[in-house]
Amino acid sequence: MVLRHIPIREGILGAAILVLLGLVSIRYSGFIAPANLANVFNDTAPLIILALGQMVVILTRCIDLSVAANLALTGMVVAMLNVAMPGLPIPVILAIAILLGAMMGAINGLLVWKLAIPPIVVTLGTMTVFRGIIFLISEGKWINAHEMSTAFTGFSRTAFLGLPVLSWIAIATVIVFGVMMSRTALGRSVFAVGGNPHAAVYTGIDVGKTQFLAFVLSGALAGLTGYLWVARYAVAYVDIARGFELEVVAACVIGGISIAGGIGSVGGAVLGALFLGVVKNALPVVNISPFWQLAISGSAILIAVAFNARAGRSKGRIILKSAEGSV
Amino acid sequence: MSDTTMAARFVPNRLNSRAFRILRSWEALLLVVAVGIFVLNSFASPYFLNVWNLSDATYNFTEKGMIAFAMALLIISGEIDLSVASIIALASTAMGLAAQYGAGTTELVMIGLTVGLLCGAFNAFFVTVLGLPSIVVTIGTMSLFRGISYIVLGDGAYGGYPDSFAWFGQGYIYWVFTVEIAIFAVIAVIYGVVLHKTNFGRAVYAIGNNPTGALFSGIRVQRVKFILFLLTGLMSGVAAICLTSRLGSTRPSIAAGMELSVVTMVVLGGINILGGSGSIPGVVIAAVVMGLVTFGLGLLNVPGIVMSIFIGLLLIGVIALPRLWAMIAAKRRKI
Repeated sequence: MVLRHIPIREGILGAAILVLLGLVSIRYSGFIAPANLANVFNDTAPLIILALGQMVVILTRCIDLSVAANLALTGMVVAMLNVAMPGLPIPVILAIAILLGAMMGAINGLLVWKLAIPPIVVTLGTMTVFRGIIFLISEGKWINAHEMSTAFTGFSRTAFLGLPVLSWIAIATVIVFGVMMSRTALGRSVFAVGGNPHAAVYTGIDVGKTQFLAFVLSGALAGLTGYLWVARYAVAYVDIARGFELEVVAACVIGGISIAGGIGSVGGAVLGALFLGVVKNALPVVNISPFWQLAISGSAILIAVAFNARAGRSKGRIILKSAEGSV
Repeated sequence: MSDTTMAARFVPNRLNSRAFRILRSWEALLLVVAVGIFVLNSFASPYFLNVWNLSDATYNFTEKGMIAFAMALLIISGEIDLSVASIIALASTAMGLAAQYGAGTTELVMIGLTVGLLCGAFNAFFVTVLGLPSIVVTIGTMSLFRGISYIVLGDGAYGGYPDSFAWFGQGYIYWVFTVEIAIFAVIAVIYGVVLHKTNFGRAVYAIGNNPTGALFSGIRVQRVKFILFLLTGLMSGVAAICLTSRLGSTRPSIAAGMELSVVTMVVLGGINILGGSGSIPGVVIAAVVMGLVTFGLGLLNVPGIVMSIFIGLLLIGVIALPRLWAMIAAKRRKI
């Protein structure tokens, strides 16, 4: 009875994750101990947060390849702020990180909205520009753990009800996005814009503005993750999270979010991110070199996109047949 | 009024003549930019106007340019390949592996080209046979191809290429003209002829403008796209040979981020990112412009990552400025 309410795609992905966990636990039973699973979740938290932002962008038929660069730039800025003003309270730093990230997202969004430049071009461009700016402001230097204040680095690790704050922020983001996508006008218009932009215009939805807001959301989450990332690893430099945008897109594609827009769910994005997180954490346990990870996530993207496209296509055929039959 | 009086009154609109159209084309504008950058550079640095330095500077665009021609055709047809830099990494790794077993120059070249073709065929299979969007497929293969290089090489590197292999990336055809610039020129001519003078080229434009229309006019759309992906893979293989030969070693991070430069080059060359229009001469000039910019900034001791800011801004600016211009013009017309 409960199973009927779980969509097929999410169900298969969830089952795949459970099978994966089962296989790894044959090799090393400690992997599925609650404490270790909590660690895996905490390790995947940044990916989950970013995947949710990316999901909204992809749903509106766009793509945001600048998230990792946005994350790195925000991380560097807050780290430098912390070095300059160690007394700055954490809520202020969080606000600055989110605002800065949202601003960078707004730049992407404006270029897509007002100038109608293809999102892939805009974000490929801003990706390199943001990275370059990190080099300019930091002069290529690293900011290391001993230069940051303990409050700054300690925040994301503070345990609360058994889980670190980083995990709680991911959970909160999942809940907020779950409500937003299903219960608010913005969430529904995101689906409408991606599903059929022309129809969306006729129902009074501003397509460009919705895409703009999607980029702002994605940017804000990238900014938030930027601070959490730097605090967690206690280091900031030009190259942090380089290439992470691909993992974020991979999480979305694996989670069944259609790159053509309009199809996808919060649960799918979260499961996609968790799948990659479990793979990443399982590799060292089963004695596979971490160098395999890039190829595995690449293959996972290909398999997921092929699988989703086939599922969608066969469904279309069936509808066509039944329509013919009824005539 | 009779027809003859009409004909007598008819004054050809000089502003629409062929010569004028060429003058105000994107390619002409690019050429002016190229000359401008050339002049600026020669004032900015005393080392710029030296044939040997300029000859070295061509390496800034030759390898990327080779791929850019194939990518231009692919983008005109409405697809994109983001995996080109990873194909280079995989082809280079395969050549490095073969070199460890004592493969000669001929074998290395064959291996480089074959791996390029195979990678192209792999992309093509997913896009044309399974009908998947090329952006996602090539983002996936971008991870996969480079991922295989990482599996093979880890944090190691391959070296020990035969001496004669260095000819491709370090040799000269005649005086200051490098082997790479010669390969670049030959490829440019081939692609120029294919795109602008053959049925195949017309088909590429037709597919980019209207895939359904192209299909109904008898063009085998999927087959043309398959060939375009093969060509992009092949060109990445050629670029891999040149780059590996020039560097003399292979690391899995080889050519990282090159897909961005290639796409920028193509877009700067006036190819419409949404497909359907653009020309090969434009890409040639864009390649030279980007080479001159990188070289000039390098002479002024600007670090590579700062140059990438310029390239990123160039990519956005090149598309944004004409649209801003059109928007302002449209507003003025309304008033």
